[in-house]
Amino acid sequence: MINTSDIARRHFLKSGLGLAIGFAWAPELFSQSAVDALPGSLNTNRMLDSWLHIQPDGKVIVFAGKVEFGQGITTALMQIVADELEIEMSRIVMIPTTTGISPNEGVTSGSQSIEYGGLALRYAAADAREILLERAALQMGIAAADLRINNGEITAPTGRNTSYWALANRELFQKQVSTKTAFKKSHTTIGQPIRRVDIPAKVSGGTAYVQDIKMPGMLHARVIRPPAPRAAILKLDAGQVEKMPGVVAVIQNGSFVAVVAQREEQAIQAREVLKKNISWKLAEDLPPSLSSWFRGMKQKSSTDTVIGVKQGSSRARSKVLSAQFTKPFIAHASIGPSCAVALMKDDALTVWTHSQGMYPLRTDLVKTLGLPPEKIICIHKEGSGMYGQSGADDVALDAMLIAKALPNQPIRVQWMRDDEFKWEPYGSAMIVNIDAALDRDGNIVDWKHELWSNTHSTRPGEPTGDNLLASWYLETPFRPSPVKNIPQPAGGSDRNAIPLYVFPNQKVVNHLLEEMPVRVSALRTLGAYANVFAIESMMDDLAKSANQDPAQFRIKHLQDSRAVDVITQVSKMAAWDKTPMSYKKGGKLYGRGLAFAKYKNLSVYVACIADVMVDPKTGKISVTDLYASADGGLAINPDGFKNQIEGGLVQTTSWTLYESVPFNQAGIEVSSWSEYPVLRFADVPNVYVEIIHRENEKSLGVGEGSQGPGCAAIANAVANALGQRIFDLPLTPERVKAALASKT
Amino acid sequence: MALKLSVNGQVISVDVDPETPLLYVLRNDAAINSAKYGCGLGQCGACAVLLDGEVVLSCSYPVGSVKGNISTLESYESDVTLNALNKAFIAEQAVQCGYCISGMMIRAKQILEKNRHPSVTQIKEGLQGHLCRCGTHTRIIKAIQRAGKEMSA
Repeated sequence: MINTSDIARRHFLKSGLGLAIGFAWAPELFSQSAVDALPGSLNTNRMLDSWLHIQPDGKVIVFAGKVEFGQGITTALMQIVADELEIEMSRIVMIPTTTGISPNEGVTSGSQSIEYGGLALRYAAADAREILLERAALQMGIAAADLRINNGEITAPTGRNTSYWALANRELFQKQVSTKTAFKKSHTTIGQPIRRVDIPAKVSGGTAYVQDIKMPGMLHARVIRPPAPRAAILKLDAGQVEKMPGVVAVIQNGSFVAVVAQREEQAIQAREVLKKNISWKLAEDLPPSLSSWFRGMKQKSSTDTVIGVKQGSSRARSKVLSAQFTKPFIAHASIGPSCAVALMKDDALTVWTHSQGMYPLRTDLVKTLGLPPEKIICIHKEGSGMYGQSGADDVALDAMLIAKALPNQPIRVQWMRDDEFKWEPYGSAMIVNIDAALDRDGNIVDWKHELWSNTHSTRPGEPTGDNLLASWYLETPFRPSPVKNIPQPAGGSDRNAIPLYVFPNQKVVNHLLEEMPVRVSALRTLGAYANVFAIESMMDDLAKSANQDPAQFRIKHLQDSRAVDVITQVSKMAAWDKTPMSYKKGGKLYGRGLAFAKYKNLSVYVACIADVMVDPKTGKISVTDLYASADGGLAINPDGFKNQIEGGLVQTTSWTLYESVPFNQAGIEVSSWSEYPVLRFADVPNVYVEIIHRENEKSLGVGEGSQGPGCAAIANAVANALGQRIFDLPLTPERVKAALASKT
Repeated sequence: MALKLSVNGQVISVDVDPETPLLYVLRNDAAINSAKYGCGLGQCGACAVLLDGEVVLSCSYPVGSVKGNISTLESYESDVTLNALNKAFIAEQAVQCGYCISGMMIRAKQILEKNRHPSVTQIKEGLQGHLCRCGTHTRIIKAIQRAGKEMSA
C-alpha cells in the first residue's frame, strides 16, 4: 500500500512548489479520549512538525488546515507565526491546504479560524522558538534567557551567533506541541494592520482563483442538472450533441449528466443543446410557497431541545408581549459560480477546489467514488467568496466524476449562474416566537424563545450519508446524512437563541425539522441572524413598553461589562443621546435603531446603530448610516477585523432589505440576478466601525459578528420610522406599505 | 473562423465561432485572468474590459464584433490610471474575496479618466452595474477616490 503522505507529496512536488517536505504522522489514535484535550486545532493535530518546518535556506514552512476565501485568514496566521517565532513574515511559506499533507482542521467556518487554527499555530510557533533557543543555548553553553533572536538569527552577549536555519533538523520537531510555553508578551506583527498577502494578485490579474487554473490539455465541462430537485432522467439523446464541434464526451451516470469539450464556449453550447434532448420525471414535491412552508412548519416532525432554562423569580408580571418573527431561505449567491479542476492520473484523483474543508470533502468523495482516501487528493485553491456552504464541494465531485471517466486529462468544471442559484444549499428559513414579560419596574422577568428551523449544516464529512449533490442522482444513489444540529454552546439553528441578557426566568426551545424539501446548509451566522433579529426586536418593543431608552434598557439587563462597553461606544459614535429616534421631513420618515449581540455568546461583541429613511409612497427603505463598535479581544489584524465587520454590515443590509429565495412546487424560481436582486452601490450605506482593543484578552472570531446586530438595528430603525414593526424578513416595500396601512 | 484580436497591445489569432463571448477568448486564448465569469448575462460586471477605452461586458460581447483594442487589468503596469488604482486598492485593502474587483477597477478607470475627483454619489452611479457580495463597497469607493487624488498629486 502506498503511504498517503508519499502520494500527496509526489503530487505536491509536481505542482511546482518543489519543497522538501515530510513529517511524522500524528497517529489518529490521538483523537481518542485516552489522551488529554489540547487547545484549538492542536487537539486533532498534535505533532509540531505537522504545523511547522524550518528549512536550511531560511524559510519557515507553515501548514494550516484553515483556508482563505477573502477573509484574510492566511495573513493573520502568518502574523501569528512571525510574531511568536520572532521572524519577518517574508520568511514564511504557506502551503495550500492539501489532504495528506496539511493538518486536518475540518471545515473553515463559524468564525473559528483564529480561535482554533490560529491558537494551534501560536502554540506551535512558541514551542518551536523555545526548542531552537534551548538548542542554541546547549551548543553555546550559556543560558537560553541570555540569547537574543532577530529574524531567526540567534546571538549571545559574547557576540557568538547561530540561527534557526543552522539549528533546525527534522527530528527536532517530531514531538507533540508543548502548550506549556508562554506566548510572547510584547508583539511585533500581532496587532498590526499588516496588508493582506492575497490582495496583490487579485488587483493585478494574477492567478488568484481556482477559476484561473490553466493546465496543458485541459478540457472544459458543464453539468446538465435536472430542472428541479429530485427529478430523474426519463430519456437522454446524446446524438446531436456528440456531433457538435469540440465535444469530447457526454457523460451520464443515472441522472447525473455532463458534457466535455475542447473549448469552454463549446461546452456551454453543448449544455444548451443537451438540455433540450433530455426528458425528466419531475418530483414536484417542493412546498408551493414560502408562506405555505411557514404555515406548516410547526406541525412538522421535529427534534425538540430545551436549553437555557432558568427559574429564579416569582415576581409579578405587569405587561406581557408576544411576537412571531420569520426569516426566509437566503442564498449565498457568490459572485463567481463554483468551479473545480480535477485530474485522474496513476490511479489517483486530484482536485483543486475552493471547498472550505479539504478533509471533510475527501470523506464524501471517498464514499461516492469508491476509492481509498490515499487515492483522493484535495488541494485548496481560493474561489469567489462563499459565506458558508456554496456549490464548492458539489462541483469538486462533478469534476472528479468526469475526470475518473476521462483519465490523464485535466477537467475544469465551471458551474453556470443558474447552477449556482438553483443548486447551492440555502440558509434555512426560520420562525421564532418570543413571549416576554415586564415587572412593574420595567424589568424583564420572563422570557421564552421558541424556534422552528431546518438544520444549518449539511456539509460533507459526516460518518454516515453523502452530502455531495451529484451523489444523490447517480445510478446507485447515495443518501444525505441524517439531520443534526450543532450543539450548544455554539449552536446551529439555536445559535444565539439564549440571550446574553440576564433574565430571572427563561426558556429556549429548539424545534429542528427533519423534512428538508429545499436544500439547506451553513450560511454565515447560521441561526444567529434570525435569533438576534427576534431577540433585539423584542428588546426594543419591551423598552418602549417600559418607556425606557433602548440602550439603557439593554445595559441594565447585562452583566458582561464588555457588552456594555460596545453599546456605550457605539452610542457615542452615533451621538445616540442627542439624536431623535424618529422624525418626519420632506414627506420622508426617518428612524434609528440599536442592537447588540455577542456572536455565539462566545465570540466577538458587536453593537450597531442604524439610521434609515423610508419613502411612505413607494415603501422603499434606504439605510443611510450604520455604526458599529466591536470587541474581538486581542485583534491579530485590526484592519482585517474592521474589513470583516464592515463587510458583514453591508451584506446584512442586503439580506435584510431584499433577499428571499423564490420557489414553487415545481422548482426553484431563480436563475439569475434578476430573480434574486441584491444590494447595489446606490443603496450602500455609510459605514462607521470602531474597534475596542483588548491586548490581554484572547482573540475571538470576528467574521460573522455584525450580521445579526446589523439586521436588528435596521429592523428597529424601520420600526421607529414607521411607528409600526415589521416582523417578517426581508423588509420589502410591500411590507412597509402594509405596516403603514395597518397603523390605527 | 480565424480572428485577430489586439489584447493589451499584443495581437493574437484565434480560430473560433465569432459568436463566442469575448470573455472565453480572453481567458482561454489570451492568458487573461482579470476578466471573470460571473453571470454570463451582463448583470454583475465581473467580466468588464475596455474596448478602445470604453467598458464592455465581455461575457455577452461576441468576439466577432470586436473592432478595436482590448485592454484589461493585466496592463496595469503600463497604464497610469490602472497603476494608481492597483496601488490605491492595496492601500485601502479594498478587497475581500476580490472576485468582482477586476471589473470594478476597469469601470473605475473609465470614471477617473472623465473626472479625477468623483464624489461618492458619482462613483456609486458609475458602479451601479457591478455587484459585490462581500460588502466591500465602501472601501472600493475610498480606493477609487484615493487613486484619483494620487493621480492629481
